[in-house]
Amino acid sequence: MSRRSAKRAPEPNAPQALLFAALGNRTRLALIAKLGAGRPSSIAQLTAGTRLTRQAVTKHLRALQRAGIVRSARAGRERRFVLELQPIEEMQAYLERVSRQWDRALLRLKAFVED
Amino acid sequence: MQNKIEKQIELQAPVARVWRALTDYREFGAWFRVALEGPFVAGKVTRGQVLYRGFEHLVWEASIVKMEPERLFSFTWAQIRYHDKERYSPDYAGAPRTLVEFRLEETATGTLLTVTESGFENVPAEWREQAMRENDGGWTAQVKNIESYVAQKR
Repeated sequence: MSRRSAKRAPEPNAPQALLFAALGNRTRLALIAKLGAGRPSSIAQLTAGTRLTRQAVTKHLRALQRAGIVRSARAGRERRFVLELQPIEEMQAYLERVSRQWDRALLRLKAFVED
Repeated sequence: MQNKIEKQIELQAPVARVWRALTDYREFGAWFRVALEGPFVAGKVTRGQVLYRGFEHLVWEASIVKMEPERLFSFTWAQIRYHDKERYSPDYAGAPRTLVEFRLEETATGTLLTVTESGFENVPAEWREQAMRENDGGWTAQVKNIESYVAQKR
């Protein structure tokens, strides 16, 4: 995704928003769980055993690709999809840092008001 | 993954005391570690100098959203792209912002404070610089400083 590495002013709807939107949907979370099993999967494999149509799976995969958390590669005539965890892990690490910062600030507040 | 951080803490102090510590700009600055230039007023911007050692060149800027006495205090907070002196710019126009909300509830022993920070989807990956947020050693030291400062003062 060349957009992600481009140095420029922030866009309010940059990949972060896409990332959260992508994760805020049951069907896409189910697809992520399936891809999480490890090996690259085709659309047929991802559709099998679900009540989804091929078109629906394709649409959701596209959303996940736009968010940068799924990559596809051609394998012969087929397209295979794999999970790309780095953006999720980066966001998680960031939220954890912010969370720890609040923990410390609130302890200072506690000392301040309870003294 | 939650698109929001939520924290709860029980404070052994009356709601009125906690409200003052949150909304009096001098008291807020004392525990939050920022020297604010003026009071918090809903709809207005408040700025101040960050008081962490090594980060004193940073300006903290918040736009106050709500002040519902002893219930809710909220502001949006301009994110800083570069924390190092060389690249830092105090111009926050167009900077991504997160929303911070403090909610207070009276309990049998004092106050239950709930803090949420949301809007992280507005913060592009390139903006999530770690310097300030990860200043662990500094923070721990500062906690001690402020605790002894407060103990002397009151």
